[in-house]
Amino acid sequence: MNEMSPPKSERSAALKGLGTARKRVEDVRFTQGKGNYVDDIQQPGMLFGDFVRSPYAHARVKSINAEAALALPGVVAVLTAKDLEPLSLHWMPTLAGDKQMVLADGKVLFQGQEVAFVVAEDRYIAADAVELVEVDYEELPVLVDPFKAELPDAPILREDIADDLEGAHGPRRHPNHIFTWEQGDKAATEAVIAEAPVVAEEMVYYHRTHPCPLETCGCVASMDKVNGKLTVWGTFQAPHVVRTVASLLSGIAEHNIRIISPDIGGGFGNKVGVYPGYVCSIVASIVTGKPVKWIEDRMENLMSTAFARDYWMKGKIAATSDGRITGLWCHTTADHGAFDACADPTKFPAGFMNICTGSYDIPTAYLAVDGIYTNKAPGGVAYRCSFRVTEAAYFIERMIEVLAIKLGMDAAELRAKNFIRKDQFPYHSALGWEYDSGDYHTAWDKALKAVDYDGLRREQAERLEAFKRGETRKLMGIGLTHFTEIVGAGPVKNCDILGMGMFDSCEIRIHPTGSAIARLGTISQGQGHATTFAQILATETGIPADDITIEEGDTDTAPYGLGTYGSRSTPVAGAATALAGRKIRAKAQMIAAYLLEVHDNDVEWDVDRFAVKGAPERFKTMKEIAYAAYNQAIPGVEPGLEAVSYYDPPNMTYPFGAYICVLDIDVDTGETVVRQFYALDDCGTRINPMIIEGQVHGGLTEALAIAMGQEIAYDEIGNVKTATLMDFFLPTAWETPHYTTDYTETPSPHHPIGAKGVGESPNVGGVPCFSNAVNDAFRAFGLTHTQMPHDHWRIWKTANDLGLHA
Amino acid sequence: MAKTHLKMTVNGQEVETLAEPRELLIHVLRERLGIKGPHIGCETSHCGACTVDMDGKSVKSCTVFAAQAEGADITTVEGLGDPDNLHVLQEMFREHHGLQCGFCTPGMIIRAHRLLLENPNPSEEDVRFGMAGNLCRCTGYQNIVKAILAAAAEMNAAKEAAQ
Amino acid sequence: MIPGAFEYHRPESVDAAVKLLAELGEDSRVIAGGHSLIPMMKLRMADMSHLIDLQKIGDLKGIRVDGGTVTIGAMTTQHELIENAALQDAAPIMREAALQIADPQVRYVGTIGGNVANGDPGNDMPGLMQCLDATFTLVGPDGERQVAARDFYEAAYFTARTDEEILTAISFTAPKGGYAYEKQKRKIGDYATAAAAVLLSKDGDRCSAASIAMTNLSDTPVYSADAGAALTGSPLDDQAIKTAVAAALNDIEPAEDNRGPVAFKIHVAGVILRRAIERAWSRA
Repeated sequence: MNEMSPPKSERSAALKGLGTARKRVEDVRFTQGKGNYVDDIQQPGMLFGDFVRSPYAHARVKSINAEAALALPGVVAVLTAKDLEPLSLHWMPTLAGDKQMVLADGKVLFQGQEVAFVVAEDRYIAADAVELVEVDYEELPVLVDPFKAELPDAPILREDIADDLEGAHGPRRHPNHIFTWEQGDKAATEAVIAEAPVVAEEMVYYHRTHPCPLETCGCVASMDKVNGKLTVWGTFQAPHVVRTVASLLSGIAEHNIRIISPDIGGGFGNKVGVYPGYVCSIVASIVTGKPVKWIEDRMENLMSTAFARDYWMKGKIAATSDGRITGLWCHTTADHGAFDACADPTKFPAGFMNICTGSYDIPTAYLAVDGIYTNKAPGGVAYRCSFRVTEAAYFIERMIEVLAIKLGMDAAELRAKNFIRKDQFPYHSALGWEYDSGDYHTAWDKALKAVDYDGLRREQAERLEAFKRGETRKLMGIGLTHFTEIVGAGPVKNCDILGMGMFDSCEIRIHPTGSAIARLGTISQGQGHATTFAQILATETGIPADDITIEEGDTDTAPYGLGTYGSRSTPVAGAATALAGRKIRAKAQMIAAYLLEVHDNDVEWDVDRFAVKGAPERFKTMKEIAYAAYNQAIPGVEPGLEAVSYYDPPNMTYPFGAYICVLDIDVDTGETVVRQFYALDDCGTRINPMIIEGQVHGGLTEALAIAMGQEIAYDEIGNVKTATLMDFFLPTAWETPHYTTDYTETPSPHHPIGAKGVGESPNVGGVPCFSNAVNDAFRAFGLTHTQMPHDHWRIWKTANDLGLHA
Repeated sequence: MAKTHLKMTVNGQEVETLAEPRELLIHVLRERLGIKGPHIGCETSHCGACTVDMDGKSVKSCTVFAAQAEGADITTVEGLGDPDNLHVLQEMFREHHGLQCGFCTPGMIIRAHRLLLENPNPSEEDVRFGMAGNLCRCTGYQNIVKAILAAAAEMNAAKEAAQ
Repeated sequence: MIPGAFEYHRPESVDAAVKLLAELGEDSRVIAGGHSLIPMMKLRMADMSHLIDLQKIGDLKGIRVDGGTVTIGAMTTQHELIENAALQDAAPIMREAALQIADPQVRYVGTIGGNVANGDPGNDMPGLMQCLDATFTLVGPDGERQVAARDFYEAAYFTARTDEEILTAISFTAPKGGYAYEKQKRKIGDYATAAAAVLLSKDGDRCSAASIAMTNLSDTPVYSADAGAALTGSPLDDQAIKTAVAAALNDIEPAEDNRGPVAFKIHVAGVILRRAIERAWSRA
């Protein structure tokens, strides 16, 4: 009995559990420059690898002469495909069921492709040696435009599979064709469109871009020949998957491979894949017996590691004349580059593009995606979005605007008219998903009210009149978006990566003095897992978050997990964490009952303790219970207090949000100024509001970049035009607007704590919102759609084509 | 290529090392002197992750040769505070969630340090303009700006209290 | 991105630097702030055996305003140009332009000498120097000579400076009247899509003198005497501005790049120049 016991609210606050804006534990070391990123890792005798890369987009490699490079003092080895072939490592499997050259095998298929790997005593010598490797190329015709891939005169890119009529995702109709993926009811959709009173059509292009985290990709591979163990530190968003792949490729038993993801300087999807640099470093370490470091430079990062998007989405949307949507049709031409290295669950070659019916109750829909090879870098990763969800959201949110124009309707009203209603959840979409929960109308109304939507439209109309009178050269655009995401892959029954089901995991050990360590199968790249997962556990176990260490990223210690991307950490690993916490609590209940000399069912959980029902003064705190678990023989109960949980989610989660952007456009220079951005996010239960807000700010800024200028552009012979940060647009603090954030909270019914994930929502919703604002500014002049990115010259050209410079 | 003898002051300590003239200051700091706060992000002087304070100036250390830095007085984020006595900027970045992956943070903080020395009462616009040589991919800058403004207020309050 | 190897030299006087340059021959280069040269070396687009660092030469530093003449040592940084009160009084257009160059870190290191000497058409100072009718001082084995900024630029990266010479100073007469340096760029740190430097003098209601130059719209900076002439003597009305803009556009020859196609650049050049003229006139 303890009458001094603090009240419930105080004890609850002390935990810093769910809903607390807890300061991040990671920041203490990061603000002091004491992070530990891959390039910080030094090993005795470490060598350095560097690539000879192709200057051509398509060429035959006639010969490689490494004599001069090998003669340079300090050069240890120069690896080519010939050296890797006996190990069957000159090619490697991709995540999408294709294969990719590790080093050029007879030809190169994109500019920047890896041709030879130089290993030297330091990075300066390695770079000098790269210059000395002589490669004799014979240039071949280049295929840049995916719409020309199947023309009679198109060059055949993949000679290795030119005759394969069957690919990883079904039949191929041409050597440059990868797959056709169809969802929904084609005949029914085409019938609806044929008969609909109103049909809007548009080609919506989501251009090629790149996640470009501030830290590039890299690794340190170290083969310890004494104990036969391979350790690889690297920028891995999915370390366990890398371990399994490394084992399958190298033949080294999986228990002899240790993959460690140290601190990661941003990932955004760029660090999901397996790259030739990792394979070559491992081989080089095995060959030399020394640790080998490979760190790509920024140009290599932008030119060769995974790009994102590059979807040409041809759409038709049908409606009644009063604006009720009746059907959606989409055909996408997906430019995958030279190898299909998309990071998607195996059964989804176009990711979750079939979420493209968005937030709307669309009864009939059809989607087809054709994957195409071109002479560009491979990839197709989920750049701060779940697999192809940003493409889907951009497509539907543009089509809604195009339809509103066709109907002569306000786009906000059109959306509200077609939202899935709250009472329709769980909602089955025409393209096969079961939306878990949502309340779109409430969010939408809150957003419109917050920005005074009607007032904005009035102001816009006044500005337009002033523009027509010649009093201003600036137009005002109002961008609207209501997006629905699909994240948290995923149910093992239909989601896997290279055959590994997409569950995730958490293992907890409570120490005798009542503090704890938990390890997870995910890996933070800045999301603050060490902070937020401890908060989930604090609420579940009653141990203060400050007393819980979270560890990730070391495959020797962490339980198997599928990693962090596609906003899956909170929906999947977060659920595993909560359930592991509940296992701890279940055992603690038995111990508490024993200590309190009552039946198990006679105690109840109270924030941080079990108390006797009806006698709250008789209790045992989790701290006391933990001590007893290790120090007292309790009949029928094993000593210790640990739990492991592997969580296979029953469904995905469906975060949503309502975004509104107001911007001014200078029609003469094409310059834009975002003067207001309102973002309402509903990510279900909110774990840490501070971190959520930070995620939204960051994702919106990435969206701003993508919408307004960021692209990987190629010229007609396949040269990358945007390979440095001079030309690849990353906004500074100066170009970035101030954001206003808001929320509603609609918990996921199937997630143990109701959380849905948030990291990627702002990118998914932000891109259409910025783009819609640009398009909206020109709506009064007859524009229906203009392609991203909306950089100065393209906006200027839009204005010019509309006759606004006359 | 022959190495030359370099002498500089780093975080208040005189250090000596051997380096090729072409070695970049960022590599000298990180690999020869074990100072790993400054990071390499873009290599073309656009991102500012490698920013250090050199002879009273914010400098991108990926665009300085080791030989040019001979005799220089350099401060990195490691020289600003220590674990028991954090610099107010370090505290405010944490307080206001001014970082996520942490990769840009050492460059941000050391740049903000010089900015506040030159302009102790900056406006939000001053901070956004003065920090425009440092890229962040995670935060959208809003909380970085907030942290720097908060640090300025704290530092000014401390100065007033001392007077 | 790793530069090739070189030998490093740090002379302490202009004479010593010039002597080194002559001795080491064409395989040597001088380095000022290095923020143009070092990235080129890291990309292995520039390679040399000897690098002659000018940082230790005190004579190359400093800003002097003397009886209406401004003299700036080549090793003066953009940051120093921005902070210098005397220069702000004598030629405020210098600060206005310098603030639009690169970003804070680059301005701490980047020098005016490097900016004007390397001949990069993207650099902002060359156009401004032509607008100011500045004179560059070059020192070589045969001594010192002066070259007008308006005669200095021959083509991209080709200038009147010979390989044996070092650009040691720039000087110009402090401008009177209104001024503006207007620049459109994609973001902080970018070169200009189009930029214009304008100096105007006013006499009564009329423009009594005008000087106009433009940046990154040809392979050299463009001083447009015709554009200036179109304004001189005019009441600076819409017609005069139109004529001046048309004259300036006649003198430029922009190339397509990632900033946009030629037609866009020409259009923007006209808009930017008009804005610069209007702002300069409002200050005249």
